[in-house]
Amino acid sequence: MGSAENKAASAANKTDNGFVYLPLIAGWLVPGAGHFLLRKWGRGALLAFSIIALYALGLAMDGKLYTGAQDILELLGLVGDLGNGLMYFVGRMMSLGSDPIQFTTAEYGTKFIEFAGLLNVIAAIDAHNLRTGRKAS
Amino acid sequence: MIRPSHFTALLLVAVFASTVFGITMRDTPKKMVRYGLYCFTLFVGSAIVLSWVMYFIAR
Repeated sequence: MGSAENKAASAANKTDNGFVYLPLIAGWLVPGAGHFLLRKWGRGALLAFSIIALYALGLAMDGKLYTGAQDILELLGLVGDLGNGLMYFVGRMMSLGSDPIQFTTAEYGTKFIEFAGLLNVIAAIDAHNLRTGRKAS
Repeated sequence: MIRPSHFTALLLVAVFASTVFGITMRDTPKKMVRYGLYCFTLFVGSAIVLSWVMYFIAR
């Protein structure tokens, strides 16, 4: 009972300070940034390393960055890619991932990039849950 | 450009995904490590089991 009250009070205190969605947005734009804002340095670093490494490996394997949605599968791929936040837009600006797929590993690379985006969304939501107090610590 | 083998690609995905799952799905560091290892084992284990299943189906 007391623990539940403390948790609720902690959540209420956290939501009173500043913009609640800042860790969510920051975490989406830059992997791990949401946790860094909450001073979860170790977790943020591990999340950033994992997501950036997956994205970079995907590009290094000649993975494709989706640029448009001609059909439902491409739309899903684009949504996954957009989860990477700024990394996706930087990649597009540098014309990365625009070569046609020629090897099996390039197809894997495309999935790596999509997966990195989806993991980044999970990490950003985790930062949001920490910020609102839905997740204890 | 790098071209990892199928199994290396699986290991890479399993390591990074398990790290993210462990951190985001559990509250304490000890539970995070345990859940991360659990996810990694399931990723790799299920891939190996399914590979053998497909091997026997194809014969």
